[in-house]
Amino acid sequence: MDNFVALKDVHFSHGQRTIYDGLSLTVPKGKIVAVMGPSGIGKTTLLRLIGGQLRPSSGSIKVADEEVTQLSRKALYELRKRMSMLFQSGALFTDMSVFDNVAFPLREHTELTEDVIRSIVLMKLEAVGLRGARDLMPAELSGGMARRAALARAIALDPDLIMYDEPFAGQDPISMGVIVKLIRSLNESLGLTSIVVSHDVDEVLSIADYAYIIADKKVVAEGTPAELENNDKAIVRQFLQGEADGPVKFHYTEDDFAMDLMGEAHG
Amino acid sequence: MDSLARLGATVTDAIAGIGRALAMLLGAIIGKPTPRKSWPLFVQQMYVVGVLSLIIIVVSGLFIGMVLGLQGYTILVDYGAEQSLGPMVALSLLRELGPVVTALLFAGRAGSALTAEIGLMKATEQLSSLEMMAVDPLRRVVAPRFWAGFVSMPLLALIFSAVGIYGGYLVGSGWLGVDEGAFWSVMQSAVDWRDDLMNGIIKSLVFAFVVTWIALYKGYRCEPTSAGISKATTSTVVTASLAILGLDFILTALMFGG
Repeated sequence: MDNFVALKDVHFSHGQRTIYDGLSLTVPKGKIVAVMGPSGIGKTTLLRLIGGQLRPSSGSIKVADEEVTQLSRKALYELRKRMSMLFQSGALFTDMSVFDNVAFPLREHTELTEDVIRSIVLMKLEAVGLRGARDLMPAELSGGMARRAALARAIALDPDLIMYDEPFAGQDPISMGVIVKLIRSLNESLGLTSIVVSHDVDEVLSIADYAYIIADKKVVAEGTPAELENNDKAIVRQFLQGEADGPVKFHYTEDDFAMDLMGEAHG
Repeated sequence: MDSLARLGATVTDAIAGIGRALAMLLGAIIGKPTPRKSWPLFVQQMYVVGVLSLIIIVVSGLFIGMVLGLQGYTILVDYGAEQSLGPMVALSLLRELGPVVTALLFAGRAGSALTAEIGLMKATEQLSSLEMMAVDPLRRVVAPRFWAGFVSMPLLALIFSAVGIYGGYLVGSGWLGVDEGAFWSVMQSAVDWRDDLMNGIIKSLVFAFVVTWIALYKGYRCEPTSAGISKATTSTVVTASLAILGLDFILTALMFGG
């Protein structure tokens, strides 16, 4: 099995709005794959589709050679024990300490004794540098610490796949650097496969083995970071260089401005 | 034609809503019991939902009982029937005010808190993260709260009635001079175990079921934004209160109407 995740011709709509119209991408085993794209094009939706929280209207989504769209609820829950997701907000349980948050998946899914759980939790917290923060409550953590604590929880069960939803958003440069380093080192030391959804181009390209740019409901460019840097497509250039206007419009509506000001555009 | 279509959409939305609420409830309470995991969660929720509601229930019960004693006395004394103050207070509380006022207070105190808590768990992606950790949020979050509400409200209603009767006694006998022996003995002979006490408990169980269900569903289905949670919380209190009052009429008609 070369690809841990494979999406083929996925169509997905949210109400009247089409999010994906024939999206295909693959995530090779053991690699870090970046998924980039402008805000609001459904990058989080992509992770939810892979995790089976949403079902596409058509197309195939395979994770570990299992067709996610066809799985029974029980089989899906079994598969989810092998994957993990780091939510943008961290999504720590606010009524539990950092220690209990990390211990949560172990207590839910294993029959390990508390002694063993304690050892595992301390190892995971050590890996993200928060062993000393084990007794703090989520409300006492900074944004960066909360995300690292959530990362410790995400790796508690030693998953095969970890999905990062905007891991760098809203982070100061130091914690951003820490998280970049953690994603890379965890991927190597734990033999994970990682999908990093982000629009922080420099950070994500610095650690990705392969990257996809999604826009206009499908993949518009893909390749290694070096290949993308040399890609001449207008939309790739606009996205990587952060230009305000281009194929992705700055303006939401297209009505003529002068007409609009005079109140005739909608009349 | 437009208004007809809107009416149709409203009706189908309402029916779909009931279906979704039922699906949520069944998903939460049907399944293999796991007492080792569920019991501590249930106990924790009994504390949050039940024990923390005690103060408002006890204080309200006491005042309502005292008001009943006072109002009852001023009416009964005109007919020289102040000896019947005991049964008047006890029957009002056990049959009506105990279950109904407890349920209304419970909807305001615990119901709104349940909706806001679950709504915020949804907004902060905690429910999604549970799902992604292969833990069913219906079993982990909704079920213990449902059972805690269902069990604690009838107990709170009994406490409300007991404290209320004591409040009536304090005013009637301690302050207004109704004979203490008559107060209790007439009450004892007039209150029937099955007709009054059991019917009150049945009412309370029905209210507990409905209020907790509404609160959990509103939280679980709310739009995960500040405005969405605020709307859901208000809707819990309004819907639950109307449901309590409507159901109370139906239950009273069934129990005491014939």
